[in-house]
Order: sequence, then structure tokens, then C-alpha cells
Amino acid sequence: MKLYLKIWRQKDANSKGKMVDYTVEGVEGDMSFLEMLDVLNEDLIKQGDEPIEFDHDCREGICGTCSLQINGRPHGPDTRITVCQLHMRKFNDGDTIVIEPFRAKAFPVIKDLIIDRSAFERIQQAGGYVSVNTSGNTVDANAIPIEKEMADKSFNAATCIGCGACVAACKNASAMLFTSAKVSQFALLPQGRVEAADRVRNMVRQMDLEGFGNCTNTGACEVECPKGISLENIARMNREYLTATAKG
Amino acid sequence: MSALLKSSIARKVVMALSGLFLVIFLVLHVTINMASVIDPDIFNQWSHFMGYNPLVQFLMQPILIAGVVIHFVMGFVLEFQNKRARSVKYVKFRGSENAPWVSRNMILTGGVVLAFLGLHFYDFWIHEITYKFVEANPEDPTRYYEETVAKFEPMWRTVLYIISFVLLSLHLWHGFASSFQTMGVNNKYTPGIKKFTKIYAVVIPLAFIFIALYHHLNPVMH
Amino acid sequence: MGKLDSKIPSGPLAEKWTKHKNEINLVNPANKRNIDVIVVGTGLAGSSAAASMAELGYNVKTFCYQDSPRRAHSIAAQGGINASKNYQGDGDSDYRLFYDTIKGGDYRSREANVYRLAEVSSNIIDQCVAQGVPFAREYGGLLDNRSFGGVLVSRTFYAKGQTGQQLLLGAYGAVNRQINRGKIKSHTRHEMLDLVLVDGKARGIIARNLVTGEIERHSAHAVVIASGGYGNLFFLSTYCMGANVMAAWRTHKKGAYFANPCFTQIHPTCIPVSGDHQSKLTLMSESLRNDGRIWVPKKLEDAKAIREGRLKPTELAEEDRDYYLERRYPAFGNLVPRDVASRAAKERCDAGYGVNKTGEAVYLDFSAAIERYGKEKAYTMGLKDADKDTIRKLGEEVVEAKYGNLFQMYEKIVDENPYKTPMMIYPAVHYTMGGLWVDYNLMTTIPGCYSAGEANFSDHGANRLGASALMQGLADGYFVLPYTIGDYLADDIRTGPIPTDSPEFDEAEKAVKEKLNRLLSIKGENSVDYYHKKLGKIMWNKCGMSRNEKGLKEAIKEIAELREDFWKNVRVPGEANSKNQELEKAGRVADFLEIGELFAMDALNREESCGGHFREEYQTPEGEALRDDKNFRYVSAWEYKGEPRESKLHKEELVFENVELKTRSYK
Repeated sequence: MKLYLKIWRQKDANSKGKMVDYTVEGVEGDMSFLEMLDVLNEDLIKQGDEPIEFDHDCREGICGTCSLQINGRPHGPDTRITVCQLHMRKFNDGDTIVIEPFRAKAFPVIKDLIIDRSAFERIQQAGGYVSVNTSGNTVDANAIPIEKEMADKSFNAATCIGCGACVAACKNASAMLFTSAKVSQFALLPQGRVEAADRVRNMVRQMDLEGFGNCTNTGACEVECPKGISLENIARMNREYLTATAKG
Repeated sequence: MSALLKSSIARKVVMALSGLFLVIFLVLHVTINMASVIDPDIFNQWSHFMGYNPLVQFLMQPILIAGVVIHFVMGFVLEFQNKRARSVKYVKFRGSENAPWVSRNMILTGGVVLAFLGLHFYDFWIHEITYKFVEANPEDPTRYYEETVAKFEPMWRTVLYIISFVLLSLHLWHGFASSFQTMGVNNKYTPGIKKFTKIYAVVIPLAFIFIALYHHLNPVMH
Repeated sequence: MGKLDSKIPSGPLAEKWTKHKNEINLVNPANKRNIDVIVVGTGLAGSSAAASMAELGYNVKTFCYQDSPRRAHSIAAQGGINASKNYQGDGDSDYRLFYDTIKGGDYRSREANVYRLAEVSSNIIDQCVAQGVPFAREYGGLLDNRSFGGVLVSRTFYAKGQTGQQLLLGAYGAVNRQINRGKIKSHTRHEMLDLVLVDGKARGIIARNLVTGEIERHSAHAVVIASGGYGNLFFLSTYCMGANVMAAWRTHKKGAYFANPCFTQIHPTCIPVSGDHQSKLTLMSESLRNDGRIWVPKKLEDAKAIREGRLKPTELAEEDRDYYLERRYPAFGNLVPRDVASRAAKERCDAGYGVNKTGEAVYLDFSAAIERYGKEKAYTMGLKDADKDTIRKLGEEVVEAKYGNLFQMYEKIVDENPYKTPMMIYPAVHYTMGGLWVDYNLMTTIPGCYSAGEANFSDHGANRLGASALMQGLADGYFVLPYTIGDYLADDIRTGPIPTDSPEFDEAEKAVKEKLNRLLSIKGENSVDYYHKKLGKIMWNKCGMSRNEKGLKEAIKEIAELREDFWKNVRVPGEANSKNQELEKAGRVADFLEIGELFAMDALNREESCGGHFREEYQTPEGEALRDDKNFRYVSAWEYKGEPRESKLHKEELVFENVELKTRSYK
């Protein structure tokens, strides 16, 4: 396969970026999208150019590091996967592919296709945990039975890999799906209920401070989420937030 | 309260609540309008009540206006923030792949409806205020039907009217069910709410359009 | 440095840890506020250690090269975490978990460490549940368990196929809580480039800010290395792309002994390499071997026809298939341990029976299981004489319920439907049992420098059991290190902050900068990946699943030559003072090129076969591993002497007082 790529290049956070055209040849269907970029980078290094920098790590869809907007969609044209799981057989010889970083004011570009997602870190730090010491001196794990349905729902919310596709897909760059997934995971468990009100208030406050947009319920986040996290979580967070605020 | 309104969720709830209020108001509005098709006298009677009952005039009307103003002002505020949340735009963005057009274009559909409201206010509300308070005309419980039907005589106004209600339909198609999600309702009733939303979003605007067309095609003979 | 002192407490096995905790020094809470600890790596071990120490009151600084602590590769662990809870009432106990782990490690680990691991394993589960980790539950609301390879009880706790991510998020939450309290300073996108010693003690690190390229000095009273394993030196592995040995290796070069570098685990069920472009291998859960049958064609010409696409595996008659595991190991069949299954696959492929275009794959076939389950299902549904298609359909449904997500993942990557045609699998590197040598307190041979998790060598001997890596990482971080580090830090309560303007920091920073500039100034012909791939090939072919003296000697020579060539001909574009992924990779590969040599030396030295280390010269007539307990019942601990080839071997004799050494047999 021969492909025409339009890729965002930006030297650093303070420089202006631009789209640059590249051609890559010898692409095979078995390659992952990132391996295709590896091939391009190898060519660039050979030619004495600087390779394109992009974030990636586990390359098996779980670490949440890779973050490319491909042809206008986060993680590319397939659903329920990350870029590293996207294979080139999804494209055809002669295709033009536009590759950009995830865009949001809260996710500034560090270099080329690499973005700074520390906003997510700060949201988690504001309350994405159960405040229990790690001494191990807690009750026996089976002392509190948890309804299987609740446990499963909590797990489904907890599968979020923190990649930021929800923000990237949202026309408003809203981080509601991400934040609500964490709020939900704990709100659904008895261990997390104790400080549920503080948690949701603090996490939402931090989310707003980071400059993400507002949720307009378009549902794009749910469609593009590699883990299929449900909009139900956003409704749950809204509910939690309203009751927490009403309680004062 | 002001701290509460700084939160994105609270702002969204304000949008949802004011929107739902307007949704309910639309039912009242369409019911009265429908009377104009059925029986001019009932229409005149209801309209007169609405126009002169102090409770309606000095309590409900301000609330309604406030509802409209809050809804669109907040809509613009949120839209402004949303635009700012992505300062560098995508070169290529395919929103159509993951979200329906209506949900992505609420500001457009809402904006058109708002523009129409301007005309609507000019046609009816300003007219009423002028009639009652500026010109201080005496009460006339029989004037409403003819005045209303006369408005639909020109083709341009009827066409504008229809376009606006098509856009209102699109606005409701997303907005009605969406307001429940915003207020935290997403459960076993959600599919039902969504279905009802679709029926509502088609039936109500269609009724308005029907009334407009009806009067346009059946002008009052002078 | 003299004899290795493992500092194992005296007394009966089951009482050692309690006794030790009672006897070691403590630091009072007010003094802890004056003590700084650096933790390098934020996987399960690093995050849990950082959070626990911050809770105790120490000032903790964490470092990770990822953009978030949550992305450490612990996140990729699928199967589960072992604990001797005995919730199933199937006879599990601390002793049984201890025994299984010692035996699984082929008697090359320390009894006392392993017993402690088993002892604290229950606490891990309690702790994680309290933190809100959503483990799988039964309908009664209690925790569910499943069984894993190599053991006779059900002791594995799990969260679907994401146990690693859920446990890491639990520890990450604990870290975030301490960041929010100001007790942890998190340094993401930072890489440790060197350890700084002051008066022979670990007193800080030199780190590079990977965004700005700035070289930073960070001081502390103790340093914890929890940076994971070094399996990425094989280039192709199930490790994440960024996994590296830099922190551990540079600590080694500063004086910490490196233990058992040749002990590597090769997992038998991974998706095979599809071509030269491949960057990474994906694991398919071990659980698939419960229902899948492994085979290759019996005839070479059939294998060739399949490779060339002239023959489909489903067209091959039953009698033309070689179910080699069932043939060789009738008792355990397809469920032999990982090391045995991996070696057997390699043996068949080397003999020319491989089934994909590269010739390095075997089949994992579910058709028998589909048929069996289908018949069963049809029978219970009352369809006494169901036709073939119905049986197949029903069978596929059962298999989908059990392994659906794995089958889907396979299909995404390989683009073949594993319900209709057998899966192709091949072994891949996925864990290193070797690592920094540590004593019972998890301290390396450098005072004040600790190591936890996969980065140390401690608990798994020559082979790790499934679902034990998560257990060890969290045991070290939550329950061992926070105690034992206090014993050392008790002497530091009056030390005060460690200055970073000392000559030792100056020197370390200078050396680091010189190395970076040297890498950039070579401006040679070949990319970093070129060398990494070449190293990987040498490692895989000569230090992989089976090793021999000749190959190992060649490997030592070839790696040294490759390293020399690297330092002459590598091309690293860009600058040192900005984000530069090629420069990051170059530093990591430079270290791999050194540890690779030590790895081969260790494998050459160990003239026996045990666990993941198989020396062709030392096997039984049936081709099974032949351990030599008389001469090699020791931990090899290597001391750095300026070059890998000059490293000096120290031996820590392993004493077995509670278990009897036996030969493993799976026939």
C-alpha cells in the first residue's frame, strides 16, 4: 500500500504548528497504525529528518497513552479500539490520512502529536479515590457483600483507560465522560459512598477549572470510547452532583 | 447560588429546566392556537383571558419571558465556553460519525427559533402592548381571531413560520430527552422518554404548521 | 563488598516476618516529616510503596517516564492476583501458596521471602477491596475466584481480563490522595538517568525531564527502584514499548548487584509475529489452553503447503495432525507449564513445522471444544439428534461466552475468525524473574537503595506462576517496604535535607550530560531501532527458550560487537534540550546492549536447566529440564566491574529447610 499522510508537526508547546504532507510506501494490512508510523519515522531518520513524535506505550489497547485523531475521529475509523489496535487493513492503497493530536484547550500540544493530559491527573487527584490508608488493617474483603449488578456496573465504569478520546470526540471538548466514570465507579460501591458528596463536588470543580467544555449530550464520547463507557455515568454524576449540592 | 452557577453541571441544569418549562408552555400555546381552527369564538375567549387576566399578565408572562431569556442567554454562554474549550480547531473533524446532526447543532436550530421569536414578539406581543397600553384602546374580546388569521395572509410570513417550526422540531428532537439526561435521569424509563421526545418533537411543531397553513389557505373574507 | 548477607531473620518460617517487624527500628511520625524518599517507577510496586510511605509521613517523590503514573505496564496484566484467602474452602493456606510458588520457581527462590509473600497476600485483597477495586463477584455478593496454571486450588481474584489495570488504578488512587495532601510530588515524563551516592549511600538521582530535556537533581534519604523488568531487550515482547532497564541498570553500575539476569519467562500463547514491521507482541490469556488443542502438521510438505497458502488447516485430516503436547506429555497434555509448552512449540517450528508465513506459529484449535460443548448443549436442550451445523452453532456460543473478548481481540489483530479456523500462537517474552539483588528488607547492596516488584529478583526463582506478579508488586509496596525502609531511615532522623550541590551530584550530572551529548554527536548511519532489533534477534536465537554453550558464547561476542558498533554508528536526530523520543530510546537501548551481555554470561555460567532457563546440554534423555541442585542451588549476583564481561559473580546459597527439592514431571 502507498498512503498519503497529512500530519500535524509542532516543534514545542510555544511554537506554531502546521500540517505537513508525507508519503509512506510498503504498508501492509497486518501492520498496526502505529507500526505504519514507525515505518515512516525510520524513513525520516534515514533522510536526516526529525521523526514524528507520538505517544504510545503498551500497544495492546490498555495503557491509554496513544492519542491520535485520524481522519477526524479519535483512534481512527474503527470503534471500541485504541490507535495501537487499529490495523492498516482498514485503509486502501492511495488513501489520504489526516493525523492530528487530540485537540482541547485543556490538552495543550507538547510536540507534534503529543499532548499534555495532566488535566486528567488533577481531576483524579481532586477526589478519584477512597480515602483509606494502605495499612491493610481493614475489614475482611468478604465482610461487605456487594450486589453483583452493582459490582459489574462499577467495574464497567472503572474500565476507563484515561486516553482522552471522549474529550477529543466531543464538539465541546468536554471531560464529563472521563470524570463521571471515576465518580460512578465509587458511587456504586459501599466503600465509595462514604465520601461520595465531597468527591463529586471536588472532581467537578477541578474539571471546570481545567477549561473543558460543557456537556451537550451529543453522545459522541460514548461512541468513540475504546472501552464503551456509557452515558449513564454522566447522568449518574449529574444526579450525584445535584444531590451533593442540595445537601450543601 | 453564584458559586453554584459557576459549575458546568448547574448551568446545564438551568438550560434543561428552562427548556422543559418552555416545552410545557408550547403545549398550552398549541392548544390555544388549535382553537382558532376549531372555533373562532373559543379562540377569542381564550385569547382574551390570556390577554387580560392579571395572573397571566403579571405573573405568568414575566416568568415565561424570563424562561426564554434565561434559556437563550445561558445557551449562548455555554456555546461561547464550548468554543473556547477547543482553541485550536481540528483540520478534519467528522462529528457526523459519532453524533447526530441535531445534537451538534442546537445553537443553530435554537438561534433560528430565537430569530423567529423576535418576529413573533413584534407581530403579537409588541402589538398587544401597543394596543393595550400605548394606544390605550378599550377591551375588545372579539378582535383576536381576525388579527391572527390576517398575520398568515402573506406568503413570506407563513413560509418563515414553517421553517422556524421545522427547526424547532429539530431543536426539540434532541433537547427534550437531553434535558432528562442532564438532570440525572438515565434509567429504564429513558427509552420511553426518548420515544416520547420524538413524538412530541414532530406532533407539536406539525400542529403549529398545520394551523399556519390552514389560516393561510383560508383567509378571513373582508 | 564481602559475602552477600540476605538478612533473613531467624526462627520458624511462619514467624519470621512478625518477629522481624517487631524487632526492626521505627521512625517516629514527627521525624518522618524530615525524611525524603524517591520512588522510581509507578507500577503496582512503585505506586503502592509511594502511597504507603507518604501515608506514614515520609516526603515522597515519584518518577515515571509515562505521562501518568496510571499508565505503567502493570496495567496490562490480564488474569488475576493470587491470595491464600481460602474463600473456596478448597484447602488453601499460606503454606500451600508458599509451597506452590517455591516449586513453580523450580527451587531457585528464598523460602523466607516467599513465605512472607504468601502471608501478606490476604491483606492485599482486603486492602484493594477497601480502596474500591471492583473485583469480580458472585451472585451472593462475595468475591469470585478462579484457578490458574500449576496449582490445585482456586485462589485467583480477578476483575474480568483487566485485573492489572484495576489494581493499578487502586494504587494510583492512593497516590493521588497523597498528591492532593502534598505528601507526594509526582514527576511524570521524567526518566532516571543515574543514581547518586554520597558516602556510599544512595542519596538521590539525576533525572531528565522528557518534555524540556532539562537535567534535574533530586535528593533523598533513600531511593526505591521499582522500574519493572528488562524483557524489552528482546525487542519483541509483551512489554510496553517504553519499558526499560535504565534505572535498575544504572543502579547496578553504581554498585548494586544484579541477580539471575538469565531467568526470563516466555509465555506460550501470544499472537505470532506477522512480519519485520512488528513492534510488539500481544498475549492471549493462558486460560485458552483449557479448551484449545495445540498442533502442527505431521508432514513437512503439509506444513509447507499451509505456509504458502495452498492448504487450509481445516482441510487437513485428523491423522495428519501432530498434537505434540498431548503426544509428549500425556498426563498434562495441553496444560503443561509455560516453560515446557513454549519450548515444545519452538522445537516443532525449528524442525520446519511452523504454520504461518514466517514459519513461527503453531495452531491452537478450538474445533474439538466447540463440538464437545455443542453436543453437550444440544443434549441438555433436548435435541437428541441435532445436525452438525446446529451443534457447531451451539458450541460456538459456549466458547464465545467463555473467551469472547479474547477471540475478538485475535480477530482484530490477525483478521481471521478463530471460531472457523484455528488460532495461531507462538511464545513471547513477557516477564523477567531476575533483577536487582535485594536482601530480606528489599535493600540492594547499596545502602539506602531499595528495589521492589519485577525490578528485584526476589520471589519467583527461575519461573513465575501465573497471577503472582501482581501479588508480589503489591506485597512489596504496600506491606513490606514501608516497614523495612524505616529500619534504615531510623539512622537518618538527624541528617536533614540532602543538598544537591555536592560534588557527587555535580559529577553524576556531568557524566549523564556527556553520555547524552555523545549519543547525539555520533550522527551515524543506523537508527536506534536497527540496533534494538539486531540485539533482539541475538537474544531470541541464542538466549531465548533454549540455550547452549556455543550459542551463548557467540551471543556474548556478538552483543559486545553490536554495542561497539552502536556507539560508532547510531544516528540520534534532534537535540538534548527538548522532547526527543529517539534520544530516550537510544539511552535505553544502550543499556540493553550491556545487560544483554551479562544475561548471556549468567546463562552460560548456570550449567543446569531450571524453570525458564533451559540449557540443551542439561536435559534428561526425554528432553526435560535437568536441575543441578548440588552445584547451582544459588542466586547468581553479579557485581559490575567497568564492563559487563568483567562482572564478578557472587553466590548466595539457597537454604531449604521447609521444602524438599524434587524434580518436576508432567509426563
